[in-house]
Amino acid sequence: MFFRTAWLVLRKDIAIEAKSFEVLTTTLFFAVACVLIFAFAFVKEGRPVEDAAAGILWIAIAFSGTLALGRTFERERYGETLRALLLAPAPRAALYVGKLLGMLALLAIAEALLAPMVALMFQAALFSRPLLLVGLLAGGTLGFCSVGTLFAAMLVRARSRDVLLPILLYPIIIPVIIAGVRGTAALLSAPPDDATAIMWLGILGAFDTVFLTLALWTFEPLMTE
Amino acid sequence: MTSDVDFDSVHLVDVSRHFGRRRALANVSLTARAGDIIGLLGPNGAGKSTLITLLATLAAPSKGEVRYGHQLASRLGPALRTRIGLLAHELHLYPELSARQNLVFFAELYGLDPRGLVDAALESAGLTDRADDAVNGFSRGMRQRLALERALLHRPRLVLFDEPFTGLDDHAVGLIADRLRALAVGGAIVVLATHDLDLADGLVTRVALIRNGRLISDEPAAPGLRARYRAQVGAH
Repeated sequence: MFFRTAWLVLRKDIAIEAKSFEVLTTTLFFAVACVLIFAFAFVKEGRPVEDAAAGILWIAIAFSGTLALGRTFERERYGETLRALLLAPAPRAALYVGKLLGMLALLAIAEALLAPMVALMFQAALFSRPLLLVGLLAGGTLGFCSVGTLFAAMLVRARSRDVLLPILLYPIIIPVIIAGVRGTAALLSAPPDDATAIMWLGILGAFDTVFLTLALWTFEPLMTE
Repeated sequence: MTSDVDFDSVHLVDVSRHFGRRRALANVSLTARAGDIIGLLGPNGAGKSTLITLLATLAAPSKGEVRYGHQLASRLGPALRTRIGLLAHELHLYPELSARQNLVFFAELYGLDPRGLVDAALESAGLTDRADDAVNGFSRGMRQRLALERALLHRPRLVLFDEPFTGLDDHAVGLIADRLRALAVGGAIVVLATHDLDLADGLVTRVALIRNGRLISDEPAAPGLRARYRAQVGAH
């Protein structure tokens, strides 16, 4: 029942998104705009500022991810459908997992666009170690989304949710962003520093385990008013 | 989902609920039995919606307990929710999805086989011809009929209505009222929070008046509801 419920919630979110592409287009547009603005600021006469690419990639992911979290849960606020989900006879943590999977899929699409764009505009060798890059992006995105999904769900009925979400979210996910940036920067050094990247990947894995466990554990009590 | 959980009464025992320092309910004790249509009446902010939220297991009491039959919600677990249906002013529907997609999603979420069930629900809502249209193109009445079918898809024992008649025309109100009576005759426990005294008069079998979070009366329905409401709660 747990995984079936998570799948149903994910499938429903995909079905809604397929009708409007609202969250996807907003997220992609914002992510691309973010990278373009940084490119205007940090690329002078075709030469990018050294070591900027890793930070810019992760800033774009964090900002567009925050926007996507807000928009995704705005849908559950309209019509109070989150309450209808909470009334279903399934473990409430399964609802969290379903929403989390939707966010992961959304950000994976954004990252598939962002990573080549950053590599191109900042002349960064992001794809010199493609598996490590995918690992870092996956680990960082899971950490970001596991906390973000929990907070966004908690704030659905709060009046100032758009302000509160980044205020609550960013201080907690700073370790994830730092690990992502340092790991990605290690890939960009010449030659790529695999050992350092793997170390940061391990740290990301530890953060993900802690964040995901805490989120699954606290979702039901936090969502029961 | 097949569930062995069932009950024929719900008991609120000395229930209080606080939101921070604000008291929403104070020491409410109330019993609802199968076949009852309990009208929860009271002014805005009296605590009616909080009481509905507690009964729906969407909130836990700060003090006291809610028993379904003889069991607490915490002991019955998620399976208890197979026996609870809620229709509120907010309709719990996804406007981007069609009527059919909404019903199929919620049927599957409750572990039900949507084949046949969804078609019957669409027919009951009078929406067979609009089954594949997006809900955001529906009138308020059509949405409310669909929301009612969504809330009753899993044949709940405890049916909770929180201001279900807001914004509906007389015809739609009549249809929902008829459905509500049929549910009670079928053995459901119906709890209806409403401002509409005229509608409640003649529909509910018991009247629970709430003011400032306190239950100030709980008695069988009788003619002259508005006069009693004025006497106990104030002008309406």
